Amino acid sequence: MRDATVSGEGLARAGVNADQGAWRNQRVVFLQRFLKDWTAVVGMTIVALFALVAIAAPVVAPQDPTQVNASAILAPSSSEHWLGADNLGRDILSRLIHGARWSLGTAFVATTLVVVIGITVGLIAGFFGGLVDDILMRIVDVLLAFPSLVLALAIVGMLGPSLRNVMIGMVAVWWVDYARVIRGLTVSLRDREYITSAHCIGCPSHHIIFRHLLPNVIPSVIVLATLELGAMMLAISGLSFLGLGAQPPTPEWGAMLNNGRPFFQSAPQLMIYPGLAITIAVIGFNLVGDSLRDVLDPRMKK
Amino acid sequence: MTRYLIRRLVYLIPIWLGISFVAFSLANLTPGDPARLMLQRDLGRQPTAEEVSSVRDTMHLDDPFILRYVRWLENAVTGDLGTSYRTGEPVLSGLAQRFPSTLQIAGLGLALAIVIALPLGIMAALWRNSAIDHLSRVLALLGASMPSYWVAYLLILLFAVKLNMLPVAGKGGWQHLILPSVTLGLGACASLMRLTRSEMLEVLGQDYIRTSRAKGLASWAVVVRHGLRNALIPVTTVVGMRFAGLLGGAVIVETIFAWPGIGKFVLDSIFDRDYPVIQGFVVFMGTIFLLVNLVVDMSYAWLDPRIRLSR
Repeated sequence: MRDATVSGEGLARAGVNADQGAWRNQRVVFLQRFLKDWTAVVGMTIVALFALVAIAAPVVAPQDPTQVNASAILAPSSSEHWLGADNLGRDILSRLIHGARWSLGTAFVATTLVVVIGITVGLIAGFFGGLVDDILMRIVDVLLAFPSLVLALAIVGMLGPSLRNVMIGMVAVWWVDYARVIRGLTVSLRDREYITSAHCIGCPSHHIIFRHLLPNVIPSVIVLATLELGAMMLAISGLSFLGLGAQPPTPEWGAMLNNGRPFFQSAPQLMIYPGLAITIAVIGFNLVGDSLRDVLDPRMKK
Repeated sequence: MTRYLIRRLVYLIPIWLGISFVAFSLANLTPGDPARLMLQRDLGRQPTAEEVSSVRDTMHLDDPFILRYVRWLENAVTGDLGTSYRTGEPVLSGLAQRFPSTLQIAGLGLALAIVIALPLGIMAALWRNSAIDHLSRVLALLGASMPSYWVAYLLILLFAVKLNMLPVAGKGGWQHLILPSVTLGLGACASLMRLTRSEMLEVLGQDYIRTSRAKGLASWAVVVRHGLRNALIPVTTVVGMRFAGLLGGAVIVETIFAWPGIGKFVLDSIFDRDYPVIQGFVVFMGTIFLLVNLVVDMSYAWLDPRIRLSR
């Protein structure tokens, strides 16, 4: 869920370090530092591999993920089914490969939506201040007053189970964290001299927001988003596991785990592999996010 | 301290109203006409248009939104959150009855997390880059990356099926508590451990720590009295947030272990489209979350005299 160890203040500082127009020049240094960290390289490799598998799923998968095969029901691993077959004789490896599309894809889309909404609200609240800020932040306060899963669960409950509704529920709940962090960053940048100068030479608000504020906010957002991609994946798969998200025969990993529940003693491969896939993917996201944070925010460094 | 408490309580009122408004608005997300749904459920056939419109009248569904909200709010404040479609019992008592079970595993899970996370986090900070620091890093990464709904089954396979030490599911003696609590506490343990470590590192670098070492204070006293007490302030906040998160996240663990708590109750209600229960759950958990935060704020003030005195 929400990782409370992500410090808005620390990220704000990272953003502040990154402004002053030096961000472009720092890119090289940043890349060097990032690549020196072996955990970052491991994380990137994992993420890249999973992304590749997701994109190339129809080519890589040895079999059709929804092909039912009565002769292979609950088959253990063999040369034909490397990771075994499920209760309908479907090839587990092929389902996992296709599942990468669903699991990574939904997490990616949901996180992107969350980031876009969070940046928009945060920038507007932070830049304009006053009544707009008050109203937006009171909405944020109320939404933050719920444990995130409670509200997402309730929204899905009201809309009815489906993967689309799970994403709606997650996005509706999750943008508030970003809005808060972005607002804080914006407020800290608003009184900078270059923003004042921009005002003085008559730049319109949208120009200041898009040309001067947004580029300085983006690096921090990327860190937050990478750190939370893993959490988002866990949450969406979790709701699918409960039967609220992806519906059969969609090979989403959480839904695959749910499907394997009745057989977890007789045929544990139905649950072991999808869980392993989720774990490795999330480890990848977390490693990349942690390293990005270390590089962008030296204060958090070990 | 009392004044501080009163201030906090007053501040909670608008937030609670916001929570109630969100909960009420949620009901409007439901697809279809609630009156028609209710009639279908009660009659077991398609209701006629007259039946639907008469029920819409008695349910005041055609009134303006705000009016319906105020009417609902009046009831909610007195503890009337409606009745469950499924069981016919009042929603609030249904939730309240099951809440202690959830509290049990969430409380034990959090306690386990703290007992493991604090010492490991402190040791990792004291002996940076030692074996124990690396171990804590790996554990934290695993704890944050493994889905609880997967870990639960691994634990069941190992402790209940292979070793036959603990029951697979259900509610009974203390043995039934262990696996659900451990599963629930795992994620919290990981983040608490990392946070304790980074806060301890930050605090141990302060001047007053050097001063207390220089004046010859025993090293445990430096670490515990001057280091830990200051490091605990942010940790407390996260403990509170985590606790509320555990209560809300218990739905997965309760489903796996057939634990008769509030989460399982809500999940069953979702599949039965028992909307008043879902709505009540939001109000109930929102209120609990506010109270937990209040307790955290109070302990904050107790731990840090600066907060108590400055306001």
